[in-house]
Amino acid sequence: MAIVALRMLFGDRAKYLGLVFGVAFATLLVTQQGGMFVGLMTRTASVIDDVREADIWVMDPQAQYIDTVRSLRDTDLARVRGVAGVAWAVPFYKASAPVKTLDGHIDNALLLGVDDATLIGLSRKILLGRPQDLHRPDAIAIDEAGYLRLWPGEPLRLGRELELNDRRAVIVAITEASPAFTANIIIHAPYTRAIDYLPQGRDTLSFVLARAAPGRNAADIARAIAARTGLQALSSADFRWKTIDYYLAKTGIPISFGLVIVLGVVVGIAIVGLTFNMFVAENVRQYGALKAMGLSDARLVGLVLLQGAVVGLMGFGIGLGLAACFFEFATQPPGALRGFSLPWWVALGDAGLTALIVLFAMFASLRRVLLLDPAIVFRA
Amino acid sequence: MSVAVECRDVRKSFGTGETQVMALRGVTFAAQAGEMTLLVGPSGCGKTTLISAIAGMLTPDGGHITVFGQDIHALPRGKITAFRARSVGFVFQQFNLLPALTATENASIPLRVIGLPAREANRRAAAVLDRLGLAEHRHRFPDELSGGQQQRVAIARALVHEPRLIVCDEPTASLDAASGHAAMALLRELAVRPDRAVIVVTHDERIFSFADRIAHMADGHIEAIAAQEAHAA
Repeated sequence: MAIVALRMLFGDRAKYLGLVFGVAFATLLVTQQGGMFVGLMTRTASVIDDVREADIWVMDPQAQYIDTVRSLRDTDLARVRGVAGVAWAVPFYKASAPVKTLDGHIDNALLLGVDDATLIGLSRKILLGRPQDLHRPDAIAIDEAGYLRLWPGEPLRLGRELELNDRRAVIVAITEASPAFTANIIIHAPYTRAIDYLPQGRDTLSFVLARAAPGRNAADIARAIAARTGLQALSSADFRWKTIDYYLAKTGIPISFGLVIVLGVVVGIAIVGLTFNMFVAENVRQYGALKAMGLSDARLVGLVLLQGAVVGLMGFGIGLGLAACFFEFATQPPGALRGFSLPWWVALGDAGLTALIVLFAMFASLRRVLLLDPAIVFRA
Repeated sequence: MSVAVECRDVRKSFGTGETQVMALRGVTFAAQAGEMTLLVGPSGCGKTTLISAIAGMLTPDGGHITVFGQDIHALPRGKITAFRARSVGFVFQQFNLLPALTATENASIPLRVIGLPAREANRRAAAVLDRLGLAEHRHRFPDELSGGQQQRVAIARALVHEPRLIVCDEPTASLDAASGHAAMALLRELAVRPDRAVIVVTHDERIFSFADRIAHMADGHIEAIAAQEAHAA
């Protein structure tokens, strides 16, 4: 009987396409917004994610997330290094800096100062140039997307100059950095040069990056650092979630995205529900005939569920495909949406949500079929 | 000749209070196997209610209906559905063919309902369609068939699973005189068998001649039953 149900569904092409459109629209909206939300939240912690060498971040006790930078004293670095179980600790500088190209393009960059000696904190993926060239005078590394933002459409080229807070900077390396939440250009420079670009006062140390000794747990060592220094120390994973939690709790971002997602679900249920109800209403004599001919309620419900499942799968496939196309094409660097992606688990969650949309939407139709009086076929 | 369908004091009402309508007021009636019985009467006299109850689609408020010895309304609901699937064939006034299915697929539905694989169901349905003169139209969709041809597909659908009871509701109402006559002739020729009863609800006096027995209904009960010598064409 499955083929009968499918032929009934495909036979009413307008409704079938309307149903698929409804599910696809809801899926696209929910998936796209879900992916964007996850991408945005990931961006808030991208600086933490990019520093792979360190597994402990040490900061001011009042820091709530990565963008609340309150400088530490320079001596704090040595105090962290003195905690048992710390393999190494290096300074890390983070600030926002105005950037200007020689042809007058002005923008804002995230300036990250990495350890002079080890360059820990520098993006691991260098697309062009050599990390050691950062030791040359005025040398900086810029991320590819930032480069293309400053010089759109131009090939990547080392040796280009720009002004960083009105001081000369020379690009010696082009990196691939994760997009940041607060800036579209990410510049890395050795720590001492970075603080020279943005002289702020006596204390300049934004964070201390540290690594737990082999065999030691980062969270345990972080607690030891906090106890010993009075500073706030968190494992990278904890700091990442602390940052994301801050944005979730203290900004309107989740509400904004959540509303759109809820809207997508509601619109999906409305479109699919109304269309499916119309489909069932117009085919009610056919369902009635099948019931009269001895098709049980359970099998009839099975047929309707099959019709809903096909519509759901088709619509979900199309909606997911469109969302995937969006993330594939709209997020290419140097666009503002670069780095946004569609994690598999978001797609999986959307599949569950789509199933719920279809089930909710079909509820009234299923009820109508279940309560259908087969004697309807005898009425003119 | 044996009694195929027996109704004893069957009662059915719809609604309550002042709006209550007594559709069946103690119908007592029998249809014989091997015969075509016509239920005739004015609109609203309870004909459709009676065949709905006989076919197990409507539960009477009182009385008993036995079909080939089985008190169908004593059966649990699931068994009534199964009974209908195996033992009852339907011909509807508006054919009720599924527009997205071909003639063969439409005719095969009762076999699919009782669980036959699609291929075998289609093979048997095609054979019945051939007997009904629709061999060339097997793969056509209902909207590609004339009214008469659609009714023949509906008859094939009613016969394909070899039911013991065939219930027809105004089978000629949507057809012109010639098509209606041809449909009844086919029904008479193919459906009436010694082990099967055919009950036809109709207003159409032109087809009375096909009946072995005519039951006249009025105001929710059987007024008269008359046997006659049927002549098919």
